[in-house]
Amino acid sequence: MINIFEVKETNEMIEKENLDVRTITMGISLLDCIDSNVDALCHKVYAKITNKAKDLVKVGEEISHEFGIPIVNKRISVTPVSLIGASACKTVDDYVKIAKTLDKAATDVGVNLLGGFSALVSKGMTPSEELLIRSIPRALAETGRVCSSVNVGSTKTGINMDAVRLMGEIIKETAELTKDNDSAGCMKLVVFCNAPDDNPFMAGAFHGVTEADCIINVGVSGPGVVKHALESVRGADLEVLCETIKKTAFKVTRVGQLVAREASKALNVPFGIVDLSLAPTPAIGDSVADILCEIGLEYAGAPGTTAALALLNDQVKKGGVMASSYVGGLSGAFIPVSEDQGMINAVQAGALTLEKLEAMTCVCSVGLDMIAIPGDTKATSISGIIADEMAIGMVNQKTTAVRLIPAIGKKEGDVVEFGGLFGYAPVMPVNSFSCDAFINRTGRIPAPIHSFKN
Amino acid sequence: MNKTIITVVGKDTVGIIAKTCTYLADNNINILDISQTIVSDFFNMMMIVDMNNATKKFGTISDELDALGKEIGVIIKCQQEDIFNSMHRI
Repeated sequence: MINIFEVKETNEMIEKENLDVRTITMGISLLDCIDSNVDALCHKVYAKITNKAKDLVKVGEEISHEFGIPIVNKRISVTPVSLIGASACKTVDDYVKIAKTLDKAATDVGVNLLGGFSALVSKGMTPSEELLIRSIPRALAETGRVCSSVNVGSTKTGINMDAVRLMGEIIKETAELTKDNDSAGCMKLVVFCNAPDDNPFMAGAFHGVTEADCIINVGVSGPGVVKHALESVRGADLEVLCETIKKTAFKVTRVGQLVAREASKALNVPFGIVDLSLAPTPAIGDSVADILCEIGLEYAGAPGTTAALALLNDQVKKGGVMASSYVGGLSGAFIPVSEDQGMINAVQAGALTLEKLEAMTCVCSVGLDMIAIPGDTKATSISGIIADEMAIGMVNQKTTAVRLIPAIGKKEGDVVEFGGLFGYAPVMPVNSFSCDAFINRTGRIPAPIHSFKN
Repeated sequence: MNKTIITVVGKDTVGIIAKTCTYLADNNINILDISQTIVSDFFNMMMIVDMNNATKKFGTISDELDALGKEIGVIIKCQQEDIFNSMHRI
């Protein structure tokens, strides 16, 4: 039987160490909503989302109440809209209309974000996919809850450099259209390599075409819990350090698994996966960078950071895998700058640069995340940064992503305020040497040799 | 049987157990086990209870216990046992 110390440990994790379930994300397929008339399409999309997700927020709150564990976000991911809108959308306005429908559906069911205004163009772009990408700046500027992602590369297909070039321009345009709001549109836009079909985390969530009609995915969190556990093993050897992370990750993930199972049962929707991610928030003590410091670095970004992060990421997975029956999504440590107070401190102390962050993305999930860069950064430089990050994902057979915020009107050292879970970010300098001639080459980078496994 | 864990944490004072147990009895909630400890003047109690025949819904009981805790000056939490089993048992 459970004893008082175990109960106390769990409740202290929740109350003092920010243990929470970061998100319950309902994946909804919109494939059966396809129509050649855009108004009919929007009508079906709205009806399907509001029908499937009508109880999502209520059930999330009930589970949270029953177990005494905060469930921070209830969200929705949908089939990439470029597939749904292909036969109906002839203009940018048509795609913006779908985005507004998604926004209204999200608002009406009470979820804070909805992902899937997406296109998967890792090898080539259809005219419809290109049209969707060109509609992203307006879609994000004219809606509040819709998130967008574009997959521009994969280990199997190589990197679509035409899409990479286009995304540099799209990110700039999105920043420009939302400049009165600190270019906040870019917070809702991710560029991926090897994007997973079942990611519950925003802004990159979408419901892949290989998925069932409706599914529940859960993302756990818990950097504060890992940090606290490591405080008790200061000075111990690496074996003890790794064991401690693993055990903590197990406990955190088990809570996610429980919530996923309960939500699936209550909503009568199959359980998809638990995403084993250490997702930080701007709250004090809820930081991945603080874990790196606890492992023994003065600041994130100091020499040794990549090794410490590699160790952390691997142990989180090893502990988490046994705790959940199905693991998926991004599963790894997130290293966003703006959403992590320890990262912000490291940037402001001069310890952490864009180049070091890029190195860190080789060994953890996701990539260059929530990084504010000067507003006058050239579109080709943004494309160059994207290309570098995509190459890391392609060659290492892992997901990588780029979520950059060119802060219009701001320069290095200024601060961009996003508010809430998104936090704030110091504007980081970008290498100003040109990559124009490289980015302006058309075509795609071929798939790497080790992708030919058949 | 779904068991529920009730925890009471706060500064030690007269009548914490009496008031909590009276509330449980009034609502037909059976106490299966009680353990209690005092850590640096702080009162920590855990009760394992059976709410299957309770006269009110889980959410109502949880809210009323929370209110009772505020009245006594302690924090009373009410959680399904599964969260602890999941975390601490393989």
